[in-house]
Amino acid sequence: MSVVPERVTLVWLGLVVLTCVTTWGLSKDLFTPAVAVVGIFLIAALKVRFVMLDFMELRRAPIPVRVAFEAWPVVVAAMILGFWFATSTVA
Amino acid sequence: MSTLSRMPVAAADRVKPRRLPGVDGVWVAIGADSVIFAILFLTFMQDRLKDLALFEMSRHTLNMNFGGIDTLILLTSSWSVALAIQALKRGLADRVPRYFLGGALTGLLFMMSKSIEYFQKFAEGLTPATNPFYMWYFTLTGIHLLHVVFGTSLLTYVWIKSRRGAYSSSNRVVPECVASYWHLVDLLWIVIFPLLYLMKVA
Repeated sequence: MSVVPERVTLVWLGLVVLTCVTTWGLSKDLFTPAVAVVGIFLIAALKVRFVMLDFMELRRAPIPVRVAFEAWPVVVAAMILGFWFATSTVA
Repeated sequence: MSTLSRMPVAAADRVKPRRLPGVDGVWVAIGADSVIFAILFLTFMQDRLKDLALFEMSRHTLNMNFGGIDTLILLTSSWSVALAIQALKRGLADRVPRYFLGGALTGLLFMMSKSIEYFQKFAEGLTPATNPFYMWYFTLTGIHLLHVVFGTSLLTYVWIKSRRGAYSSSNRVVPECVASYWHLVDLLWIVIFPLLYLMKVA
């Protein structure tokens, strides 16, 4: 048995750390709402990307499929943050 | 000569054909589901704009610890299932059942966690009819929970089949389809959680 951890194990550890940073760090009142929300959703998009590339194995998928799926977290995060900043100017 | 004879092998290794795990149809379903959820997120953001104060007040009644722990549960579940596929590919079929069992049990754990959260909300008199935020909370988490129930059933199925030695490195289409679907369930929650629990107002 290899002593070198599987790539998926390293990715899982990274995802766990990022989740803890988001849930029990960025969500606290230490940061301005804009910094917190941007940080939280950029981290969410990054987590989705790693789930896609390493858990779903899209890293080795045909390029058009990989591009289409990788666009999803970018579009979703941009849409949420776009609305959030539009909302903040209304508020 | 020896260098020349090695070159095609090395080149062939580099140009290992790109492929999608499982069958293409599953990826069409995964893509369609992702688009539907993106539209739901967009509609949520539009509705939130109509009454920011209400959404923010209601968000504060959610317990972010539940949401964070649920995320860790699903990430661990996805990891376990990814390890099952890695083991299958490497011909380590004897390790596969335990990883699928890990995936199914953590799926059950997520259902238990969500049930406790729902019961707490109902006990406090909070239902989908309470206000638009709670309508969204129960709709998004409810549709996602249905995905979890379906995925956990599929994982239980591949766990049972893998115990009987049904899969191998050359016969892994079904487990790959189930694994791909299960990772979708994980990634949807990665967005639903901050959207409902963490997104404060400006």
